[in-house]
Amino acid sequence: MSDQRGQFTTGPASGTALIAVAALGTVASATVVANEGVQQGWYALFFVVCIALGEVFRIRMPGGRDTAPIATAICLAYAMLPSIGGVPLTYTIPLVVSVTAVGSLTGAVFRLAGRRPIPLDDLARRLIIVACVAGTFRPFLESEWFGRQTTTVIALFMTVVVLVALVLDSVMAALVRAGTDRAPYSQAVIDEIRAMSAINAATGATAVLTALAAPSMGWIAVPIFTIPLALTQFSFRKYAHISSTYLQTIRALSRVTEVGGYTETGHARRVSRLAVSVGIEMGLSEREVRELEYAALMHDIGQLSLEEPIPGGSTLMTSSAAAREIAGLGSAVIKQTGVLDHVAEVVERQADAYYPGHGHHDDTIPIESRIIRACNDYDDLVGASLESDRMLHAVERLHLGITSEYDPRVVDTLTRIVKRRTGNL
Amino acid sequence: MQALPMPARLFITAVVSSAIAVLGLAIPRVTDWGAVAVLLAVVVASEYLTLSLGRSVSGVQVSISVTAPMVIGAVFLLGPWGAAAVGAGCWLQFTRDTPLVKVLFNGAQVTLSGWLAGWIYLAFGGTAPIDSGAFPGVLIPITMVLVSYELINGAFVVGYISLANRVAPARVWRGMLAESALAYFAYNIFGLLLAVVWGAGVGPFSVVLLLVPLAVARWVFALFAREREAYEATIRSFIQAVETKDAYTRGHSERVAKASLMIGRTMNVRDDRLETLRFAGMLHDVGKLGVPTKVLQKAGKLTEEEFAAIQLHPVRGREITRELEFLGEAIIAIYHHHERIDGRGYPLGLVGDDIPEFARMIAVADAFDSMTTTRSYRGARSVDEAVEELIKWKGTQFDAEMVEAMIEALAAEPWQPTDTSALFVGPQNNVPNYASDDDDPTAAEVLASHRPSAENPRPAGEKSDNYSTGRRGESS
Repeated sequence: MSDQRGQFTTGPASGTALIAVAALGTVASATVVANEGVQQGWYALFFVVCIALGEVFRIRMPGGRDTAPIATAICLAYAMLPSIGGVPLTYTIPLVVSVTAVGSLTGAVFRLAGRRPIPLDDLARRLIIVACVAGTFRPFLESEWFGRQTTTVIALFMTVVVLVALVLDSVMAALVRAGTDRAPYSQAVIDEIRAMSAINAATGATAVLTALAAPSMGWIAVPIFTIPLALTQFSFRKYAHISSTYLQTIRALSRVTEVGGYTETGHARRVSRLAVSVGIEMGLSEREVRELEYAALMHDIGQLSLEEPIPGGSTLMTSSAAAREIAGLGSAVIKQTGVLDHVAEVVERQADAYYPGHGHHDDTIPIESRIIRACNDYDDLVGASLESDRMLHAVERLHLGITSEYDPRVVDTLTRIVKRRTGNL
Repeated sequence: MQALPMPARLFITAVVSSAIAVLGLAIPRVTDWGAVAVLLAVVVASEYLTLSLGRSVSGVQVSISVTAPMVIGAVFLLGPWGAAAVGAGCWLQFTRDTPLVKVLFNGAQVTLSGWLAGWIYLAFGGTAPIDSGAFPGVLIPITMVLVSYELINGAFVVGYISLANRVAPARVWRGMLAESALAYFAYNIFGLLLAVVWGAGVGPFSVVLLLVPLAVARWVFALFAREREAYEATIRSFIQAVETKDAYTRGHSERVAKASLMIGRTMNVRDDRLETLRFAGMLHDVGKLGVPTKVLQKAGKLTEEEFAAIQLHPVRGREITRELEFLGEAIIAIYHHHERIDGRGYPLGLVGDDIPEFARMIAVADAFDSMTTTRSYRGARSVDEAVEELIKWKGTQFDAEMVEAMIEALAAEPWQPTDTSALFVGPQNNVPNYASDDDDPTAAEVLASHRPSAENPRPAGEKSDNYSTGRRGESS
């Protein structure tokens, strides 16, 4: 029961561990650089400035991931650059790491001045992948093999190295996310790669292009070759903005039932928050979680069509026929949008019992509906209360319904979350 | 095509035959056919790589294709003859609905633009393939190519449009420049990047590398467009859910949004604010959800409490929308859309210009739509009658300026009264109950005089005035 399907989970400490590794690496590199002195200092300074500027143009991706593609691309280019404007670059891996760290932190300080947070784990991951790329690629630069290859082969080699590094980045990001969200690790990796592969492909391509063009073109290649990436970044910014506006609006509109006196204040939001926690912990994909959130926010919308509010707004107290009617009415409203068909289905089936009779369970009920059903009933019992007795009592009551109303796996996950909240786990 | 005037036909014939001649001369002169083939393939496939940037301010669909960057890349890499050969790829862009003349002309003008820009590049000391080690001196021929390609290309297109539609060339030119000249210029830099990387020895693989950020951007723009549509659809059906509580207001919110936009446009409200105004119009009655259905649908005289319940709806509307940062001004407009210029409105009894601009617009739009829609106690009034009513109440209920703007907008854009009488079957049908319908100016007058506080509206300076900031300035 405790760990579904034996999935590997990580703890909240993984983010801290990652940052610690990056910090140690930075300190070690800085020590080496301090002993050896900075080779080709002007180029190092130039890249510090470019990375810092790129860091200022950080974006928030849909799904809330913070990233600075331009800065990452410039760091990766610097890690691979064989020469610049005809001058061979002879710097070592510790210098690459130090330049990345100094540039990133300088940019972060600017952000801090604008009162925007610094995503330390993102910087830590960047440092680690840049070190890996420099460590893989730079030893080849001096080898005899490198001199014999055509530029196309080198370009392909760079592409492979960068792509592997960016996949590594996603894997590490998933480690952190799985730790904080308590999502199963495998699902977190899939979500991460799905969400980041497009922007990472553009970042990687830009890094390779810059590293290929700068040897002949000189330093000007660095700003010029970020133009395509800036365009990509702009499109992501617009997309992320409309996505968050959408969610914000649905959150706000979910309050119409409260303002109308049909449901208790905060009910829709509490149910959606709890449902999202349950969904993530049960290993739903990011997209499913988002639809779950929408459905949970709007699950009572059908009550608007009622002449008179149900006393107290509780759907637990109403007959199952009435609850089913409300679900159907709500689903009809959502279906009208023409774009939220699955959300409508989830809302429609939220009132259905998981065991309609004789011990058969009904697997046609979407998992999201089962989650909303349990979370809704839980919230009807607990409300805004923070008393742990009341919370635990509510969970016990849900357990009584395990053989009739609820999906036992949902109730188990819900129980685990509630026990964690009350400090009993 | 048969409709094209004679000068346009001559122009097209001349352009197409010169392009064919240039192409004929180019074939023996092209040296690197491999490079031409790769770039040509991208041009032919460019339909799948076109980046749609959405609608511009004036409603023109702005999209940029990879054709120009490929031709410009060919200029830097192969010189005039190679650029002409790559540009001819436009003739192979098969699209279902583009007429043959357009395909022919477009291919010809791209071929000629690339060819001419190629000569300009050489004339200013450029070399093909580009010597990217020669920075920054090589910037002069590069800039010449980027600018001249855009100018030559623009001249061809302007010629075509002005001759085909018999419009003065200067007007077409201005329109095009305003649209997207800068975006195109920035985009053409891709051609330069391509030539540099290709010339550095990477070869055709550089096309792949360069197209990745573009393809990703294109994909994300498509996602964005879809998400925005979904968003609009969701808001719309929510509004419909609100309106089902109150049969005679079906479609009201969308029509109020439309009428508010008509007023806003006449008053030269900026585009981004118009969007907010539209949302304010759509959501202005969202607070009615907070009014018990039986009050909204009640036939006969309302009690004191029931009046109070109805008058709460702007407050409830603000409660619901308060957290939507992007709505900004709209939230204030929703809150104040039942204020009256003479101070006898609600919820605060603001007077004159203290009422936010958008609220004054929506008040007029709201009343106008309500009058031109069937109500349970009367049929829809004609537009003329409604306008008369607006004029009657301007200066007391309505801002005179907004009423004038509505009238002006109606002259340009006709309005169809909405007959919803089919929706009313039942006992409430013939009961005169305008008292609860406070969107109707006559009823609003009854309501205002009914209110105990109506006789002494609050003086302008007295109320808490968090709402009056940030709404002036733009319109003056």
